Amino acid sequence: MSNSQAVVSNQEHDQEHIPELQHHFTNMNQQRNAASLGMWVFLGTEIMFFGGMFLAYLIYRIWYFNEFAIGSRSLDIWLGTINTAVLICSSLTVALSVRAAQRGKRKTLIGLIITTIIFGLGFLFIKGIEWYQKFKEHHVPGASFDISDLIHKYPNVPLDPHHAQLYFSLYFALTGLHALHMIVGVGIFTVLLIMAWKGRFTPEYHTPIEIGGLYWHFVDIVWIYLFPLLYLIDRKPIK
Amino acid sequence: MSAHPSSEHIIPSKLYYIIWATLMCLTVITAVVAFVDLGPFNTVVALLIATFKATLVVLFFMHVKYTSEKMTKAVILSAIFWLMLLLIISLADYSTRMLG
Repeated sequence: MSNSQAVVSNQEHDQEHIPELQHHFTNMNQQRNAASLGMWVFLGTEIMFFGGMFLAYLIYRIWYFNEFAIGSRSLDIWLGTINTAVLICSSLTVALSVRAAQRGKRKTLIGLIITTIIFGLGFLFIKGIEWYQKFKEHHVPGASFDISDLIHKYPNVPLDPHHAQLYFSLYFALTGLHALHMIVGVGIFTVLLIMAWKGRFTPEYHTPIEIGGLYWHFVDIVWIYLFPLLYLIDRKPIK
Repeated sequence: MSAHPSSEHIIPSKLYYIIWATLMCLTVITAVVAFVDLGPFNTVVALLIATFKATLVVLFFMHVKYTSEKMTKAVILSAIFWLMLLLIISLADYSTRMLG
């Protein structure tokens, strides 16, 4: 194996034999740690980016609880749960693809990246079905917004359509922003697929897989919080 | 940065499958528990389960448990700190306005 020859811990040896090592890093390990740290700093800014919208959601949820509870009930809990499972499966395939890259298994890596992309597209497809249902029910904020079906369904709960419109605005903003991140994630993994196809990744160099994976897992974590916050506000039986 | 060049920690695939199975079980549990009337604790339980799931993803899938880079943990903890600052202080304001 030509790879094992390049892994000699001698630093000068590393610089000679690994073309991916940039001149301002001492060795591959330092270069890898720097790239991963940079990704984590970016994810820190992403946390604050989503955090502002989560805060807006939490404030209005406290203020207008009835409308948020009924709005949450109108979402399809089955599709929401299935989509959560789809994302968790995609996170598994991403974790396994990092492992395949670490061990230099090119074919396994390509298969796992393709599976990840399919899971990502599957999530977006199911999300699209949910949005389409909301369009048909006139639950999309705007001129044709109408929750008379919900008012009719829950006659004992006082509902203000304006406050319900806030719930659905935040629902579409949060899931929309999340879906945008998923689309970017699918794009990133398409690039990684091409790189893996060309055999660019070795046990010494697979930083793009590693930090692309960090991004994917982060988007999964955002959904792990969005699912209970949007779908599970108040599912218990109404007395 | 770690001074000596050490090779990466490769996690056994069995551990990844265990984490995945745990996350799937917790997803079903959180959906089922939502239908049980726990009073004000429904939200608390849902958020505790979500936080536990997120912690598993960060520690194992994102390799934070095994990283030799100490700055990564500092960046994560400070990001969580600033998020909590944003949420807790703002909610303390908005959720007590109707009292005054």
